[in-house]
Amino acid sequence: MPKLPKPPLPPVPNALLPTPDRPGENQRLKPLDQAKEAGISAADWVDERTSISGGVRWALFRKVPKGTNWFYTLGSATMFAFLSQAMTGVFLAMYYRPDATGGAYESVRYLTNEVFMGEFVRGMHRWGSSVMVILLFLHMGRTFFFGAYKYPRELNWVIGVVLLVLTMTMSFTGYLLPFDQRSYWATVVGVNINGTGPHIGPYLSDFLRGGAEFGATTLSRFYAIHMLLVPGALAALIGAHLYLVAKLGTTAPPWMKAETNDELRKETV
Amino acid sequence: MADAKKKAKSKYTADRGIPGAFEGETVNRRRLMTLTAHGAGGIAAAAFTLPVLGFAAGSAIFERPDPIWSPVGKPTDFPMDTYVPKVITVVAGVGDVGKTTAYVRRYNPEIDSAKYQDFIALSTRCNHLGCPVRYTDASKKFICPCHGGVYDFEGKVDGGPPVRPLDRFYTRVRNGQLEIGPRYSVNGELRRFPSYRDPGQDLDGIGQYLYPGRFSTPRVN
Repeated sequence: MPKLPKPPLPPVPNALLPTPDRPGENQRLKPLDQAKEAGISAADWVDERTSISGGVRWALFRKVPKGTNWFYTLGSATMFAFLSQAMTGVFLAMYYRPDATGGAYESVRYLTNEVFMGEFVRGMHRWGSSVMVILLFLHMGRTFFFGAYKYPRELNWVIGVVLLVLTMTMSFTGYLLPFDQRSYWATVVGVNINGTGPHIGPYLSDFLRGGAEFGATTLSRFYAIHMLLVPGALAALIGAHLYLVAKLGTTAPPWMKAETNDELRKETV
Repeated sequence: MADAKKKAKSKYTADRGIPGAFEGETVNRRRLMTLTAHGAGGIAAAAFTLPVLGFAAGSAIFERPDPIWSPVGKPTDFPMDTYVPKVITVVAGVGDVGKTTAYVRRYNPEIDSAKYQDFIALSTRCNHLGCPVRYTDASKKFICPCHGGVYDFEGKVDGGPPVRPLDRFYTRVRNGQLEIGPRYSVNGELRRFPSYRDPGQDLDGIGQYLYPGRFSTPRVN
């Protein structure tokens, strides 16, 4: 669009036109600037006492290789799926009762059907668990096919595999909590699959069930594992995973060619 | 340098050239303090970790519950040629979750190859992965809905993925009532394993060594 010529100012008396401040006069800040100053000084106050800005800059303002694309967001997507699970899970725990004699099913029925937005929040947690597993495998596939597990990132792959196992543990233990027929029999089958491990399998099953039979403590055990034990480990390992990403940086996609530095070549030949 | 490596190091810190070493001491003070601090931290961490691990695993794995005997009816109620389903309790205090079904009949010398008791009470727990089997009178077989396991009239595997025959329950007659107690497992030859195994655990050949008995199963005297 061609630039239009600026129309002339309407004829206004000089007294009505805003006059610019003389230098050194009227130093009062406008409200917006004041708010900006307050924010800066609060951030400075924290930074002066923690030096956190260096760490934040180190973690966030990293150089990324050429060719970085949308596939590189799968890890963050998985992390946000985890955060969503953590947040919805914390609030579901406000209504849930791990009571094997019928209270568990009743509390889930109540929070789904009676509580305001209960169906939505529970639905987020229930479907979000599948979303998290799917994103996790896509992220893992991206890492594998881009060769991003190779030196020096092997340890991050190992941590990622542990995160996968922990996520599966979350899926397995969370499946029991609604305590309907499907939950019950799926857990019976799952625990029995654990039990087929030679020598330690039978004792592992006993540990999971809290005895030789599916009993009073099985549900509370699964609940404790689901909402306390594994989420803590998951959060800690996600921290380690992110630290290594920030420390080692990300890889370029495999189709990117390494850039040759002509000046270096001149000197070596 | 090679010679120095071969020679055994002196036990005195002064001889090993450690700065600040005293005459006659074998461990310097910095090392002693480091070891003490690490040791104290380790003991403190163990002091809360070991009890909770024992708490979580101890009674789950090592506590043997008392057997529960559920009366199911008069001994004469049970025929020889078909099964009567009875709901019994295997875990007390958890309502329906602690209940299971037993298929009960009288011992039949023409069919049964092994005789342990006068009554045969089969568990409905499929020995593939633990789904509940159902007795079909027309075919005289037990059929599992999950993955198609089939057992014959005696409870032996007739087809599908199960690894051993259906578990059985101990029975006894008290006060004119047939009572059903804890389960026991049998292998392919109907040999009895009093500490019952979970489904999926083979008891023939090497299986009986891979899947040992547990401490958490009730014992019948």
